Amino acid sequence: MSNTIKKISIPIISVLLGVIVGTIIMFATGYNPGDAYTALWNGAFGEIYFTGEVVRQITPLILAGLAVAFAFRTGLFNIGVEGQLIVGWLAAVWVGIAFDLPKIIHLPLAVLAAAAAGALWAFVPGFLKARFRVHEVIVSIMMNYIALHVSNYLIRNVLTDKADRTETIPPSASLRSEFLASITDYSRLHWGILIAVGCAILMWVILEKTVKGYELKAVGFNQKASQYAGMNVNRNIILSMVISGAFAGLAGAMEGLGTFEYVSNKGGFTGVGFDGIAVALLGANGPLGIVLAACLFGFLKVGALNMPLEAGVPNEMVDIIIALIVFFVASSYMIRLFLDRLSKNKSKKGEK
Amino acid sequence: MEYVIEMLNIRKEFPGIVANNNITLQVKKGEIHALLGENGAGKSTLMNVLFGLYQPEKGEIRARGEVVNISNPNIANDLGIGMVHQHFMLIDTFTVTENIILGKETVSKGKIDLKRAEKEVREISERYGLAVDPKAKVADISVGMQQRVEILKTLYRGAEILIFDEPTAVLTPQEITELIGIFRKLIQEGKSIILITHKLKEIMEVCDRVTVIRKGEGIGTYNVKDTNPNELANLMVGREVSFKTEKKAPNPKETVLNITDLTVKDSRGVHVVNSLNLDVKAGEIVGIAGVDGNGQSELIEAITGLMKKNSGSITLNGKEISVLTPRKITESGIGHIPQDRHKHGLVLDFSIGQNMALQTYYKRPFSNYGFLNQTEIEKKASELIEEFDVRTPSIHTPARALSGGNQQKAIIGREVDRDPDLLIAAQPTRGLDVGAIEFIHKRLIEQRDKGKAVLLISFELEEILNVSDRIAVIFDGEIIATVDPKTTTEQELGLLMAGSNAKKVGVENNV
Amino acid sequence: MGLMDVLLIVIPSSLLFAAPLIFTALGGNFSERAGVVNIGLEGLMVMGAFSSIVFNLTFADSLGAWTPWISLLVAMVVGAVFSILHAVASITFRADQTVSGVAINLLAAGLAMFLVKLIYDGKGQTGTIRYSFKKIDIPVLKDIPVIGDLFFSNTYWTSYLAIIVAIIAWYVMYKTPFGLRLRSVGEHPMAADTMGINVTKMRYIAVILSGAFGGIGGGVFAQSITNDFTHATISGQGFMALAALIFGKWNPLGAMGAAIFFGFAQSLSIVGSSLPFLENIPNVYLLIAPYVLTIIALTGFIGRADAPKASGVPYIKGSR
Repeated sequence: MSNTIKKISIPIISVLLGVIVGTIIMFATGYNPGDAYTALWNGAFGEIYFTGEVVRQITPLILAGLAVAFAFRTGLFNIGVEGQLIVGWLAAVWVGIAFDLPKIIHLPLAVLAAAAAGALWAFVPGFLKARFRVHEVIVSIMMNYIALHVSNYLIRNVLTDKADRTETIPPSASLRSEFLASITDYSRLHWGILIAVGCAILMWVILEKTVKGYELKAVGFNQKASQYAGMNVNRNIILSMVISGAFAGLAGAMEGLGTFEYVSNKGGFTGVGFDGIAVALLGANGPLGIVLAACLFGFLKVGALNMPLEAGVPNEMVDIIIALIVFFVASSYMIRLFLDRLSKNKSKKGEK
Repeated sequence: MEYVIEMLNIRKEFPGIVANNNITLQVKKGEIHALLGENGAGKSTLMNVLFGLYQPEKGEIRARGEVVNISNPNIANDLGIGMVHQHFMLIDTFTVTENIILGKETVSKGKIDLKRAEKEVREISERYGLAVDPKAKVADISVGMQQRVEILKTLYRGAEILIFDEPTAVLTPQEITELIGIFRKLIQEGKSIILITHKLKEIMEVCDRVTVIRKGEGIGTYNVKDTNPNELANLMVGREVSFKTEKKAPNPKETVLNITDLTVKDSRGVHVVNSLNLDVKAGEIVGIAGVDGNGQSELIEAITGLMKKNSGSITLNGKEISVLTPRKITESGIGHIPQDRHKHGLVLDFSIGQNMALQTYYKRPFSNYGFLNQTEIEKKASELIEEFDVRTPSIHTPARALSGGNQQKAIIGREVDRDPDLLIAAQPTRGLDVGAIEFIHKRLIEQRDKGKAVLLISFELEEILNVSDRIAVIFDGEIIATVDPKTTTEQELGLLMAGSNAKKVGVENNV
Repeated sequence: MGLMDVLLIVIPSSLLFAAPLIFTALGGNFSERAGVVNIGLEGLMVMGAFSSIVFNLTFADSLGAWTPWISLLVAMVVGAVFSILHAVASITFRADQTVSGVAINLLAAGLAMFLVKLIYDGKGQTGTIRYSFKKIDIPVLKDIPVIGDLFFSNTYWTSYLAIIVAIIAWYVMYKTPFGLRLRSVGEHPMAADTMGINVTKMRYIAVILSGAFGGIGGGVFAQSITNDFTHATISGQGFMALAALIFGKWNPLGAMGAAIFFGFAQSLSIVGSSLPFLENIPNVYLLIAPYVLTIIALTGFIGRADAPKASGVPYIKGSR
């Protein structure tokens, strides 16, 4: 069995296993899986409005996946995408409502503000890791909670007067368009999907084609050897987190400038950041895989909203399935062993 | 013929490799039996089977005539088999006593009885002449004491058959003599010893019989009295082996590397390099002899810029390099074959082709305006792989998949190709088979004949004596003597490495 | 408001918030000391909180005043069983331990809410429990002058149980053969293997213990602080417990001290507005204080220099 086939089968098998276990859980708890999956499908493709929403949901997921994957490829675990996304969202909307500029300047400015905010938020764990060897996972998790509280505070006290959400951004800063809305029955689909896919291509170019990418990968694989080769390990660690945070901030821009067109107080995390981890894993940390995995998760998340309505199944079922998929991908060593044994048996039979 | 241990027709496989194929080993009670083979021949694997860490696919093990199934180290322990590992299996944060009793703790009322344990440790240590400090943390004790702790671990469990895996790799000649004394005492007390080694001198000196293994196959068992080092070497390698490396007389020219009064402190403020003076001229090989831990690693890191010096100067061709970044130092004309090829020399998850560009990827023609030029990188990689005989399926194979010898050849190729004025080789032949060792030594001499300066650091005295034109002995962070390999002896070097007779020797030999 | 009055508010409140953190941090201690990183403590607390509340609501009538304690036992068992997933993934399937931990958190969050909606007719939160861990005055000790009022009145059994358990955990870790072997497995599993210790078994036990303790932590939190269960019940406490563990240098007593400190920070964010010198500080500072303090603590306290050496690395026999 060739290596590429093995590489692709692992995500596919993980998804299948996740779905199977999810189905078992549904049976065990008295729900009808058939109804549930039908509701899921209908909730995504039953109406053009839903499909528009699916594509809209895919957009931030791609960027969140890219953020996690980029950090992964360079040896870091960016679990702080949630926080970076929130600050990115805040920054984008802030620029949106604070200025009055022609669209050709306003929109890019807002988008860049989001990327910068996310990058800055990720700089903290990156810097602490590089300088003090502090594990980026705990710091990132803490930064998530800080982002949540600070963002809520700023919305209530700086961007508005004790209100729970800001005003809507002007069209000059929005990613939405009449055209897209009209073809999807007025869903919230926006042009951000182009930015997301563009970033996927960008990530590929950076990692595979540039000198910087070579260095980032080397540092991610073997810090000591990179040092011996004259690379500045600390600078690369920080750069990696900063680029990753920029992607995450952009995901926030998608929500602030496209999906919602405002920012509001949050009682908890959006979940996109954690889903980004699943997307990155399932997509094997590669740009194409991430886009595909984001498509799957976009479909699942939007379709799930229909499950309680049409089949009486709580939409958390989909969250469970996603968690299971992550489990199975992470345990891929086992799947690979199984595939190896399969191919050995096949070749033995072939010899007979 | 009472054999205390018999391993008959053992076969042990790992994914993709047969480590042991039909090997038979029979050890008599009260003898010191050597297991001889090159690096990678399968000696350690065989002993790990005996010790219960691995299970053989085929074959039988007998202890005192009875067939046994050693499925884990506990059973080996119960049978009286104990192993003193090459890479110590000690837990740094535990004390000597805790390490010795781990798994067989002395317990009273559910609590570990440390006092009783320490007493027992002291008793055994005195009985066998193995001096240790029961309360000391393993991280703080010397290598020699650590080894004694390893030995005590086996004796504490009542081992009758002791397996020693390359025990002299980290010892000075004097410590080796001490260890041989310990062997003799153990035999007196009725133990039997299996000695895994590739050092022929030790076998001749202390062993009764020797079993030779080559590439996983058992070659035969011989009485040491009836053989000699040359014959054993030929059996070990499978062909005629010459011990002396052929080389012309050196023709040293101007000084390339000059280190004056170098001091380097470690994170605890200890002077690991202490007012060190050394020079290496173009066209000569200077070998640094010394026991591990006397400042060699820190010296190299100071020269290559990975560690900051505290005072002193390092000049390359007259230019002060100690203030430059590692990359600038490399560009000034230094090539470095690091002592740990996996940790420092290669990015194992990169392809071997990508690794060849590790020092040059950022320069033209390998990159342009921030973008890599894959064609040029691959072209150079193919050239080097061909020229330095690196056996690999393709340049895209991950470096991880290559054998140690081929990995090292690749590193040497990469460094030498940049035409550095100074080539630093640290433990260049560690863990390699004789063929690779010969190749690497030839290359080092080739560089020296081309007029380069070569600095060789090695713990293998034979290598230092063979390859160097001048030998500098390092002790406690200083170069305490320089000797001529043609006139010095292992004894003299051993004494110097242990710190004695410093200045006198340098003056007498007039080097 | 005098110092005494301030302390009377702050000390019991700190101990209240510290108790769940102590239990969970102890769980993390066992797991990490054996070499298995456990980011999933948050998820284990969620399962503990969920199961204890649901059990409490269901059986309150038959069990009366014993309910919270029995629910705690249920939480312990549920946590232990749930952690087996992490154990199997990390130890047997050699998954990346951090990823597996993240999956545990996702799964717990999803599963808990799924079951809540299933059991309570689609509602997103449970009802409030009748029998929770209430404030009590500890007999005898409460009469000690000064200290009695501060520490042993208006406090909770669970806080002191946590401290006692921490001391027991310390004893087990450092004075018993089990503790010695557990630590050896986390420092140098191959050495432990050569001494005949079953590394896999040891690591499984350690992870299951972490699940049990994490479950208890969640159960204590839910039954003494929130008294119900929603998706927002456990919000970061598991991670804070992990931080307390690192802050406490992987030592049960150190973790306990750090947890009390974090409990103090958390309680400040809640009671801060009623304290004189804090009432003018915008609440946001108090809310983020525990998290910022954690980051500072991690940076200032040598980061991860003292982590068990083999932490996070699957043990593969035969690898050299």
